[in-house]
Amino acid sequence: MKKNNSFLNRLFMVLVFVFLYAPIFLLIIFSFNAGNSNMVWKGFSLAWYAKLFRNRLIMQSVYTTLLVSLLATVIATFAGTFAAIGFYAMRRKVREPLMTVNNIPMMNADIVTGVSMCLLFVAFFNGWGSFAAWFNSLGLFRLPTRLTMGFGTLLIAHITFNIPYVILSVGPKLRQMDKNLVDAAMDLGCTWMQAFWKVILPEIKPGIVSGALTAFTMSIDDFVISYFTAGSSASTLAMTIYGMTKKKVTPEINAISTLLFVTVLILLAIVNIREARQERKRAAELRRS
Amino acid sequence: MRNKLPLLSIPYVVWMALFVVAPIIMVVIYAFSSAAGGFTLANFARMGTYTVVFTRSFKLALIATAICLLVGYPVSYMMSKEGPRFQRIAMVLIMLPMWMNFLLRTYSWMAILENNGLLNQLFQKIGLISLYNNIFGTDLTFFRMINTQGAVVLGMVYNYLPFMILPIYSVIVKLDHSLIEAARDLGANSFNVFRRVILPLSLPGVLSGITMVFVPSVSTFAISKMLGGGTEMLLGDLIEQQYMGGAYNPQLGAAISLVMMVIVVVCMWVMNRFGEGEEQAVMM
Repeated sequence: MKKNNSFLNRLFMVLVFVFLYAPIFLLIIFSFNAGNSNMVWKGFSLAWYAKLFRNRLIMQSVYTTLLVSLLATVIATFAGTFAAIGFYAMRRKVREPLMTVNNIPMMNADIVTGVSMCLLFVAFFNGWGSFAAWFNSLGLFRLPTRLTMGFGTLLIAHITFNIPYVILSVGPKLRQMDKNLVDAAMDLGCTWMQAFWKVILPEIKPGIVSGALTAFTMSIDDFVISYFTAGSSASTLAMTIYGMTKKKVTPEINAISTLLFVTVLILLAIVNIREARQERKRAAELRRS
Repeated sequence: MRNKLPLLSIPYVVWMALFVVAPIIMVVIYAFSSAAGGFTLANFARMGTYTVVFTRSFKLALIATAICLLVGYPVSYMMSKEGPRFQRIAMVLIMLPMWMNFLLRTYSWMAILENNGLLNQLFQKIGLISLYNNIFGTDLTFFRMINTQGAVVLGMVYNYLPFMILPIYSVIVKLDHSLIEAARDLGANSFNVFRRVILPLSLPGVLSGITMVFVPSVSTFAISKMLGGGTEMLLGDLIEQQYMGGAYNPQLGAAISLVMMVIVVVCMWVMNRFGEGEEQAVMM
């Protein structure tokens, strides 16, 4: 197994990576194009970057995308971690059906998740309309009678499809944890809360981090569910691009792609260098002990 | 104290009931009701008119899944044989494109596959097009690539290949090496080690990868619209049309969604039969 790959095998891997990255690099190259096409090179220019920052539509959708992804990730990480601990402590008979339900948004086709939530929201808003009309007739205080899909529903949808990923990466860490640790901590006088903060949390931290990372990835990468749950008042970057492809895509899109790519690249580099350094430190400690 | 811990999951259980279970119930209700509100099976009967779309979706998604498997399995296997540094970087490189929204990447392919796009320009430069014309006696100025089924499959493979590589890789990399050594000691050559040990043990990853590629492929609508030019309608397009397009018919859309859910349930059932490795595999 530990035989190294032959030259041909390596070449195959390189080709796959070229396939994965060629379109991205083309976007980056053409973001510096003076012309307004993705096919003809007309010389170097930064004009599209300048135009990008003046393009309200794109900047607004980038802002919406980042905001909804960050909020959904934070909320989903909290809720998912607590839910995972709860599931972990449950009896198998109770846990298994709940885990099946938990897996639904992950396994279901995005479009089905999007459509089903869209139906729910519309039905709820209709019901709300009649309820608010009745409530307002009581004359206590006024409720808005017309609710529409927008940022709120978008956020709910993102949280819903993010939590399962957090649970899925925290769960195994809990199961790997030594069960006696919590009991020991409490025998030694820890309160329930202290046991949580000082014992459970450090043990499952890697799971929480990777769960949050996965959740954020899924949020950023999502288009379909957002498309069905955002209504017309909120628009993520993906929705804006999709709207553009029906008419004309402006090269500002190349510029924003480049900026996003570079940001992610830098973040990942930092995370990975830090991880590698920690691993080396751990290895050194192990050797010493 | 431990018997109080399950209470921590109550908020999420309520959340699931509201936003996972209730929406599905809505889909079921809509699928079996007519526009006026009564019970009907007409929505399912109407699907018969879209047999072409169903077969096309399944065909393209199956081809894309097969290509992903044929490319993704070897890549995962080879990756697992490299050093830890290489593996770490390769994993990052595979995840990285996902941080750029898949519409951005698909949009890039539009410019590549266009009739006067980059690939055709390249073919022109290296004389491939004139060579083709000479051999087949045709009079092409470009190869038609965009707005074909091939382009749609390419878009699916491009976007979902990481979903095949990651689960397979994460299963292979965790394989118990002593099993492989044992097989070798007992006289198996590398082909047999692969066929008898590695392949069966990596099956959970493969199945999870197949589901993770097939389900989004069969239900996509953005890729088919952008690379298929709207001519190659897929199941996803059909559903989208019932909600966002001109043919507003949420009942029919819900019925098709329900069929899709059944497909997913079947996939999950098959996967569950093949064992426990699945949960880690999905986790990447």
